[in-house]
Amino acid sequence: MIRDITIGQYFPAESWIHKLDPRVKIMSTLIFIIALFVANRYIGYLFTFIFMATVIYLSKVPVKYMLKGIKAILVIIILTVALNIFMTPGEKVLWSYKSINITAEGLYIAGIMALRLIFLIIGSSVLTLTTSPIQLTDGLEKLLNPFKKIGIPAHEIAMMMTIALRFIPILLEETDKIMKAQMARGADFESGGIIKRAKSLIPLLVPLFISAFRRADELAMAMEARCYRGGENRTRMKQLKIKKQDYVAMVSIGLFMGIMIVSRFI
Amino acid sequence: MAIIFNGVSHVYGEGSPFKRVAINNINLHIKKGEFIGIIGHTGSGKSTLIQHFNGLLKPTEGEVIILGKNLNDKELSLKEIRQKVGLVFQYPEHQLFETTIFKDVAFGPENMGLSKEEVDKRVREALEMVGIGEDMYDKSPFDLSGGQKRRVAIAGVLAMKPEILILDEPTAGLDPRGRDEILGQIQKLHKSLGITVILVSHSMEDIAKLVDRIIVMYKGRIALDGSPAKVFKNDKELEKMGLAAPQIMYIMKALRKKGLEVPVDVLTVEEGAKAIAALLKSQK
Repeated sequence: MIRDITIGQYFPAESWIHKLDPRVKIMSTLIFIIALFVANRYIGYLFTFIFMATVIYLSKVPVKYMLKGIKAILVIIILTVALNIFMTPGEKVLWSYKSINITAEGLYIAGIMALRLIFLIIGSSVLTLTTSPIQLTDGLEKLLNPFKKIGIPAHEIAMMMTIALRFIPILLEETDKIMKAQMARGADFESGGIIKRAKSLIPLLVPLFISAFRRADELAMAMEARCYRGGENRTRMKQLKIKKQDYVAMVSIGLFMGIMIVSRFI
Repeated sequence: MAIIFNGVSHVYGEGSPFKRVAINNINLHIKKGEFIGIIGHTGSGKSTLIQHFNGLLKPTEGEVIILGKNLNDKELSLKEIRQKVGLVFQYPEHQLFETTIFKDVAFGPENMGLSKEEVDKRVREALEMVGIGEDMYDKSPFDLSGGQKRRVAIAGVLAMKPEILILDEPTAGLDPRGRDEILGQIQKLHKSLGITVILVSHSMEDIAKLVDRIIVMYKGRIALDGSPAKVFKNDKELEKMGLAAPQIMYIMKALRKKGLEVPVDVLTVEEGAKAIAALLKSQK
């Protein structure tokens, strides 16, 4: 049951997008998200669609995987659309009932909000699907480096993220195991009211926490035994290098941002 | 008949790119009161197999009948099956969670909805069976040694008075003394209560010493099934499957090669020692 959950959904493939420098990908995603909120007319989202379709095609990741993320936030999208439709004041009233008015402006904005959310999810999915967790944290560490001067421990943050990501599947497996062991002792995780269910989680959560602490302790010991020390003077086996394709990506995202700004005025 | 498998297969992740056939067309009959050992290389399907014994997993194909109840039956109470079939997982001490040993062992019987007196009685019996004294009842299970923790966890399953007891590598990670204690207690349980015991182990020595029948799993199928003497005769085949015969059989074979007329079908060190001693005596 728990085995079916996939978090950190990296999709391994040999593609142009996969090979980009993670720093460029993280920054591009950030710029892409800002661009989504710069545009305020449908024409802008037409360009976004073309841009996104090209990126997905280049990434060689099945579209099915890209759309998976949308399912998870479907409720949020529906809620946003509903709120915008019913709550936007405007001049062209299309339908009204008591104090609720549906206006043309409302429909227009609701549509734009929905598109923004959908593209937001797909855009960040592209980042996580094409970048392995290790690359992602490497990139993040490098990007945070300049902030070291004001006391932000970039390396440590990146290390913690790597470890957290690394342990998600292990803890899921552990949960599955403990659940089964308690079920074999007659535990019931599925029936009863909220309080009974919350109580039934104790036999699961206590062993899970104990095992998480034990694993943390063991890992810390193993790191210490291999003389691990924070970020100072550490070198890497795989150095991040900006290559030609990364410049192409940077120019592309820059152009995209330009188009989005222009789209406000067409 | 305690357990019947008719053409049982189990596939994980059907229809996804991660699809994996864990067990494949298993046919198996286990009688009441049998002491069975299951051996197999890591990933041979042992764990999947034993999770069918108490309904934690249901077959994706074929039928499983446990104590007369068919797992495919929609009306079946899985809780009832799990009370009658006790399953002790690998490293069972990792499932301890209560504040005292007594409360932890009582978790199973309480889930069965027994009266307080009955729970109390069963917990005492179970803890006695595994050799945990009354002075320990109010201690935290987390203050115990590894071997003691494991015995408490096993008591947690015994307190449910199962008709079939399954143990997945109950001695993994224990020191020799802890191992002997646990195995001795399992043997005693089987003899005194007459319950069906199924033991999964990587130690050929333990298996050879204890069980009446061995089932060898290989790549999701039953490769060999029979008495220890019969199964361990196929030592070449076992080695191909990443397993082996008990060490003592290899020693006897080596001795025979050197010209000593010792029997090669001994299974335990004690038997081997006796055979060698008898031979030496007769040669004098």
